[in-house]
Amino acid sequence: MRRPQKPSTRRVTLARRTIILSGAMAGVMTMLGWRMRQIGVEQTSQFRLLAEENRVNIRLIPPTRGLVFDRRGEPLAYNEPNYKIDMVREQAEDPEAVLRRLATIIPISEEDIQTTLEQISQRRAFVPVTVADNLDWAHIAAVSANAPALPGISPELGHFRIYPHAHNFAHILGRVGPVSERDLERDSTNDPLLLIPRFQIGKTGVENTLEGPLRGEAGIKRIEVNAIGRVMRVLGREESKPGGALQLTIDHRLQNYAQKRVAGESAAIVVMDVRNGDLLTVASAPSYDPNKFVRGISTTDWNALNTDKYKPLLNKTVSGTYPPGSTFKMVVALAGLKHGFIEPAEKITCPGFMKLHDIKFHCWRRGGHGKMNLHNGLKQSCDVYFYETGQRVGIENISAMAKELGIGVKHDVELFSLQEGLAPTKAWKRARKGKDWVVGDTMNASIGQGFVLASPLQLAVMAARLASGNKVTPRLINAVDNTPQRVKEREPLDIDPAHLESVRKGMFGVVNEQRGTAGGSRLKIKGVQMAGKTGTSQVRRITKEERARGVIRNKDLPWERRDHALFVAFAPYDNPRYAISVVVEHGGGGSRAAAPIARDVMTHALELGEMQYLAPVQQRDKNQTLPLQQGSAGIKDDKA
Amino acid sequence: MSYLEHNIRTVPTGFSKILHFNWPLALLLIAVCCTGFLMLYSVAGGNLERWAEPQIIRFAVGMSVMVFMAFVPLNFWREVSVLAYVIALVLLLAIPVIGEFGKGSRRWIDLGFMRLQPSELMKIALVMVLALYYDWLDDKKISRPIWVAIPIVLTIIPTALVLSQPDLGTALLLVAGAAVMIFVAGVSWMYFVAALTGVAILVTAVFWSKDTDYQLLKDYQFRRIETFLDPSSDPLGSGYHITQSKIALGSGGMTGRGFMQGTQSRLNFLPEKHTDFIFTTLAEEFGYIGGMVLLLLYALILLFCIASALSNRDRYGSLVTIGVAATFFFYFSVNMSMVMGLAPVVGVPLPLVSYGGSAMMVLLAAFGLVQSAHVHRPR
Repeated sequence: MRRPQKPSTRRVTLARRTIILSGAMAGVMTMLGWRMRQIGVEQTSQFRLLAEENRVNIRLIPPTRGLVFDRRGEPLAYNEPNYKIDMVREQAEDPEAVLRRLATIIPISEEDIQTTLEQISQRRAFVPVTVADNLDWAHIAAVSANAPALPGISPELGHFRIYPHAHNFAHILGRVGPVSERDLERDSTNDPLLLIPRFQIGKTGVENTLEGPLRGEAGIKRIEVNAIGRVMRVLGREESKPGGALQLTIDHRLQNYAQKRVAGESAAIVVMDVRNGDLLTVASAPSYDPNKFVRGISTTDWNALNTDKYKPLLNKTVSGTYPPGSTFKMVVALAGLKHGFIEPAEKITCPGFMKLHDIKFHCWRRGGHGKMNLHNGLKQSCDVYFYETGQRVGIENISAMAKELGIGVKHDVELFSLQEGLAPTKAWKRARKGKDWVVGDTMNASIGQGFVLASPLQLAVMAARLASGNKVTPRLINAVDNTPQRVKEREPLDIDPAHLESVRKGMFGVVNEQRGTAGGSRLKIKGVQMAGKTGTSQVRRITKEERARGVIRNKDLPWERRDHALFVAFAPYDNPRYAISVVVEHGGGGSRAAAPIARDVMTHALELGEMQYLAPVQQRDKNQTLPLQQGSAGIKDDKA
Repeated sequence: MSYLEHNIRTVPTGFSKILHFNWPLALLLIAVCCTGFLMLYSVAGGNLERWAEPQIIRFAVGMSVMVFMAFVPLNFWREVSVLAYVIALVLLLAIPVIGEFGKGSRRWIDLGFMRLQPSELMKIALVMVLALYYDWLDDKKISRPIWVAIPIVLTIIPTALVLSQPDLGTALLLVAGAAVMIFVAGVSWMYFVAALTGVAILVTAVFWSKDTDYQLLKDYQFRRIETFLDPSSDPLGSGYHITQSKIALGSGGMTGRGFMQGTQSRLNFLPEKHTDFIFTTLAEEFGYIGGMVLLLLYALILLFCIASALSNRDRYGSLVTIGVAATFFFYFSVNMSMVMGLAPVVGVPLPLVSYGGSAMMVLLAAFGLVQSAHVHRPR
């Protein structure tokens, strides 16, 4: 028997090799331990941070937009819950199949499916795309119940902006819409809310000019998410601060009446309280339904609005500027009186035209008016009287007076896209046109033609200032979030009250005396008189030949070449309360087309009595939604 | 007193064998498995039934198998080595025909009562057949090319089959395990030097061939290599695994967030959180210390295996023990390297901790062989 005392060579080899192997293994394990230390201990803080970023997501809670009321507490803009369905491509394995399944649960058309598929393929995989909105609660419940069969589909609660008065307030309120690239570029607030997809901000109107207080402040929700972004739990929540409510100075009754009165025309009406500048009506026709925009306007509708020659998207009260025509004559008269170039009783002869060098400047009355003093000049709107006055006064004085009365100045009011109008000066013409001012320009300006431009708002301001003798400024916002906005101090105009009185008397004559140009538009209220001035501003040049043949009558001209009809007024004459301006684009003569509108609106305004401010009736709830009560006007009623 | 008589007298018989178990090794294995149960429980968010419970059942079965194999005399295992290899090879060959498809590759054979992964079986069978071969082979022939070629062929055939499934991880473990056995058996250093040089040249050639007409790998394969070298270059694509895994590891710190407090794995940032990437949960919840404890447990298992192998005068027993230890070593070192971003992501589980039946059963059976070698060692 052999019992080896000494290990065999191959056992020695095996042992030696095993020990070498053990050494190698120990080496590898040391390296693993070192690596573990490197990642786990030395770089912990860095990785901890990354882990936290992985896990915790901060989501913004969008605030609900502030409500808008009129002076009577009538809601003009509120929010309505909008149940919608969103889809995320990366979570839906087969978007088309999911959409087809969805179509069996909620009413979506084939067209909707195609649009969604198109949108979904254009966006990044994780961006939610709205499949359907404005759904019933029942549909949402059905979708939620079928959630397992609908990967990538999630019901969401959003808000619709509702404008219950639709067309009638479109130009004042404007509308909201999703944030665009350009909005982001212009934004200086860096509000993170703007980055929320389809977050609605004010695009035009008060919605835009008072975006700040209306928007509110974002809330923050810290949530724990898993790798695919599914929310596991909410870690913390800071509620959003809803936007503040606005109260406008507008009275919805008068506004609605005015819009209705000019339906079918291309016109603008501004009614102001001469005592404090409160804008009671800012009507522009034709108008559009902002609710359509909120719900996504169709291309056809959009094109129709854009190509309409009546320009329904334009707020003509502030964005439209017109040659004021004869309504400018008060400015010229006051400038003349102020600088002593005319006396109220002084008579100027009107032979039907005035000759300057070789050019004839015609009066609207071919035969002429004969001898005219200030009162008759205004009452009968004699052009020659004002050619003469203007020529004496000079454009600089006229321009200064126009600005004193609010024409050619930008008023500080929260209406969207204000136009400045123009009270031209010699310097302006040189700078803008590169030519020197000539007397002919003054002649044209004297009857509110040529370079002079005024917006209906400015004309109303002029009427209010003439009526009150104060520097009335327009005021649209009465309160922001229950904080009353201050009324500007009353500051008298830099005009002799006696001069104002003579002009006011002339304006009284226009409406209430024999041969007044607006004699047919006396107020229908007994014992209450309106004082006003008609204006008919030419938009085309009448050539010598045409004059020789006889001026073509307005109704024989195509619409775009007809005269603008204007009228400014205030009432009651003895104790002015309201000032009004009416512009009917291409409406023909001011006395025929504009004055009756002013008469009706003014009558309605006076019949409404003192338009007191009333607090909003409905309490504001958390979501700033306003469940309308029965009987109040609104599209919700129409639907139901 | 004959050699045989001596053997018969000193080698324990019957139930007394249990006293001669390598108990430290057995206890270490149990400790590692328990760590696994704990982690599976945590990863499931405190759910016992999801992963931990099936794993415990498999562990119980696996332990029984280990004890049974330990009781069976080593000579029996020596006799069936070739048979085991042949059976494993046949099953591997049969996979394309009767295999089940899973995770993008064919690996399983459904036996009705369990799903068998022949590649796992092959891990033991290859160790057994190589141990038998080097036990039988004469010392003088050991470094002769023809006798070196035989074990290489024995390794290459199953490796090629496993690669074609495709299962890169297992193939890697097979080759590495076989290489260790060939090395330990005493084959000349020169073969290893030559092999390593050859691999180095090949790797260089592959990299040099990039962007040339003779490019040796497809573009996407290059991209994978690049992602491995710099995972942050594509953090949401193919680098996602590694980046997320490192974040989880790193956020654990020295002592970790505490049991069940890990955020990354339970929130599904980690793919394969209960299988290949379970180590990250351990590191996140128990920190650097927890990771090191597990590494230490693994090291002790290796230590007891090697000690047993060195003290065993039966060459087959030593070689089998070393082969099993080496396979085990490659298992956890490849897995940990992968998780820590030191190696590309290949599907290798963390031995005895990751969820998965086949791997655990086979490993416990392999340790059954080690125990048998220990119990029946000549004294």
